[in-house]
Amino acid sequence: MALDTKSETRQFTVVGTRPLRPDGIDKVTGRARFGADMTAPGMLIGLVLRSPHAHAKIKRIDTSAAEAIPGVHAVVTRADFPVIGDNDFIADILDNCMAGEKALYDGHAVAAIAASSGAIARKALKLIKVDYEVLPHVTDVDAAMKPGAPVLHEGRANETVPEGMSSNVVARYEFGHGDIGAGLAGADRVLERTYRTEATHQGYIEPHACLAQMGPDGQADLWCCTQGQYMVRDTCAAILGLKQGQLRVTASEIGGGFGGKTTVFLEPVALALARKSGRPVKMVMTRSEVLRATGPTASSSIDIKLGMTKDGRITAGFAELRYQGGAYPGSPVEFGAMSAFAPYDLDHVKTVGWDVVTNRPKQAAYRAPGAPMAAFAVESAIDELAKGFGLDPLEVRLKNAAREGTRASYGVTYPAIGLEATLRRAKDHPHWTAPLGSNQGRGVACGFWFNFGGNTCVSMNIAPDGTVNVIEGNPDIGGSRASMSMMAAEELGISYDQVRTVIADTASLGLNDVTDGSRVTFAVGLATIEAARDAKREMCKRAAMVWGIEEDAVEWKDGAAHPAGPNAGSHPPMTLAEIAAIASNTGGPIAGHYEVNAEGAGVSFATHMVDTEVDPETGAVKILRYTVFQDAGKAVHPAYVEGQFQGGAVQGIGWALNEEYIYGADGTLQNAGFLDYRIPVASDLPMIDTVILEIPNPGHPYGVRGVGETSIVPPLATIANAVSAASGVRMADLPMSPPKVLAAIKGA
Amino acid sequence: MSRIHVTTTINGDPVEYLCDPEETLLDVLRDRLGLTGSKEGCGTGDCGACSVTMNGRLVCSCLVLGAEAEGAQIATIEGMAKGETLHPLQRKFIEHAALQCGICTPGILVAAKSLLERNPDPTEEEARYWLAGNLCRCTGYDKIIRAVMDAAAEMREAS
Repeated sequence: MALDTKSETRQFTVVGTRPLRPDGIDKVTGRARFGADMTAPGMLIGLVLRSPHAHAKIKRIDTSAAEAIPGVHAVVTRADFPVIGDNDFIADILDNCMAGEKALYDGHAVAAIAASSGAIARKALKLIKVDYEVLPHVTDVDAAMKPGAPVLHEGRANETVPEGMSSNVVARYEFGHGDIGAGLAGADRVLERTYRTEATHQGYIEPHACLAQMGPDGQADLWCCTQGQYMVRDTCAAILGLKQGQLRVTASEIGGGFGGKTTVFLEPVALALARKSGRPVKMVMTRSEVLRATGPTASSSIDIKLGMTKDGRITAGFAELRYQGGAYPGSPVEFGAMSAFAPYDLDHVKTVGWDVVTNRPKQAAYRAPGAPMAAFAVESAIDELAKGFGLDPLEVRLKNAAREGTRASYGVTYPAIGLEATLRRAKDHPHWTAPLGSNQGRGVACGFWFNFGGNTCVSMNIAPDGTVNVIEGNPDIGGSRASMSMMAAEELGISYDQVRTVIADTASLGLNDVTDGSRVTFAVGLATIEAARDAKREMCKRAAMVWGIEEDAVEWKDGAAHPAGPNAGSHPPMTLAEIAAIASNTGGPIAGHYEVNAEGAGVSFATHMVDTEVDPETGAVKILRYTVFQDAGKAVHPAYVEGQFQGGAVQGIGWALNEEYIYGADGTLQNAGFLDYRIPVASDLPMIDTVILEIPNPGHPYGVRGVGETSIVPPLATIANAVSAASGVRMADLPMSPPKVLAAIKGA
Repeated sequence: MSRIHVTTTINGDPVEYLCDPEETLLDVLRDRLGLTGSKEGCGTGDCGACSVTMNGRLVCSCLVLGAEAEGAQIATIEGMAKGETLHPLQRKFIEHAALQCGICTPGILVAAKSLLERNPDPTEEEARYWLAGNLCRCTGYDKIIRAVMDAAAEMREAS
């Protein structure tokens, strides 16, 4: 369509404005219904019994005393779930939701109970007797790779892993091109350094919650907070042996996810309890359960070898990345290895990634999964070399920046991209030249994320009074209903207030992939625009029928059908409302549809800049000023784009400075609460300034790129580089908590 | 164990309920009275999502027993708007895009209202420290602080 090539010059009327979100009033009045806010008649309360051991064989589970308590209606263990065949992906999810032969981490579910009240369920839970044989454990990624380390599983390594390695090493990935040795030989200096990051949790404020019902006829209904109701349906159906069409999943309002709600934890257990008891079962996690048993991201250990000439050209980049993803294969090391050098145009580049299992909870996606750790290592190394040569770190990045036509380290050749634009804007920004005080330092770093498209299905219904409903299938996690309504209004030529977007359950709309990969504004937006075009074609057809002219002699502009070509001016235009009002007489209801497995998501780049002050007495790091420069393609609702930039930056600040999973010698998590797992609070932070760049994505009709994930990629290195500038010490281990920074300063 | 009979006032309405001695005010609000606007993010007083006021004092309702509400005046998010008219803080939160997922929003609004009742003209730093007990994981607090400051300015002009 001609419009697709015109996105750069198109004048928007609705897109780019800042209307009020449709769910705003519900969310400021307490009316919005989240996962734990639903009830059902006759509802039971479900609770999970969890392993107190990091690694233990489950020899026997005796549930008889618990089952004898009045008010207990069902107890389930792994024996209540079907055996999964050769589908490792599903088998691992089931094993994570309910342990089989072994408990693999502190907090691993071993049994669950449904009772008529929470008090009875808590009492009965204590009466379940589990006979454990405690096994040696390992929680550190480097320790887990050593020969002789305690082994979680045998036979899970795939064919990429060389013989003779620990069975905990389950996959190896390699990317790159050129000749690293030759590249390094051309450098004036080669930096070799190892970087480490701890696991951090997504930290959504809403714990996992669901309400399940299942009848003896096999029909089931599930209400839950999730990033993807279709994923929940398909996963639970596979685990429990249900038909996908018989299980209807409705997504509640979602209280944050950041990737952590792209899998299931409670849902199959609640369905199993509902099936066994014949009653609706509600389950809600405690914060401790969220931290112990749901996905944090991977911890990492990364070796970098980077060569640079004295004028700042990177001659070669090598990274070996080791990520532990908890008790099952699937750490995001592949994304780390693909993204590590993605912002740069390098002749010689190679990355090797190792996926490692340990006795920790199964990792779940966390905002640009795998990329922040890799960027921390690479961007820290670039900064250290640049500073060593006395070069401007922004100039060094500009000198090496990937552009349109660059062959990326992970194999693709980039179309139009925005990295250079973010760097130039950063260099021109007043922040870059603002004065600094004593013990203060400024840092910059870049970040990249792939972005995703995926399976998407949208319907658009035109009501008889000319108002419009967009029906989409992706939980709205940060204002996407507003963005869909805006794109629909833009395309139809009507006002934002005439459109209401709702999110369908799994039985009401075709498959939609989860809200992840920064895909929703891109892919659901694209499908919304195409569904609107479908509806416009139908409305033009109806107008043609009324006017007695050919369909293709009608065009849509400014919210109305107009006779075009030789018929131009022959009839007054018919507005959307006028066409809708007579739809019954011209062929029936009017709707638009679009289904796609979307490609062309358009990669995303950002540059971040921070000023920090390091207290030489305590080692505490204060964030003084922070500016995000990121390419949004086209910012549909700029306030929500800014919100994604700010939120990602602050999650990155937490990762850099405070947040970490701390394990005791016994392998149990020592800080399973918000008091000790400390995410940033308002008083830790300044305002987070944002600069939106708009380099249109050629793959979207309006030029939109996803924006949600890239913003968490640069902060780790940005802050480490600023701390280095402020204190003179290079921090290669995250988090940069006060004791670590103080020790580094004292040791320098 | 026998239940405790409590007579209290919630958002101006007289309310009576029976609760277990160990039951929190948050559980009473959510599970017995259907007031699910107050959220449980932690149950340990660390996140502020369950913030309510009790006799004008800002509390985490997960750290108050249901029995302690006897004779008290409780205010929750459900009582913040008057009919169709939103409180200026509620309106400014929507206008400034100060919420993304919205789970922390009720607690932050209750806490911010409590701040402005005590200090109608807070500095940015005072607002940040007052709200330090309310965790938000989506916004980075920027737009929340702007909304609070803007609402405060509007309320000062109106008064």
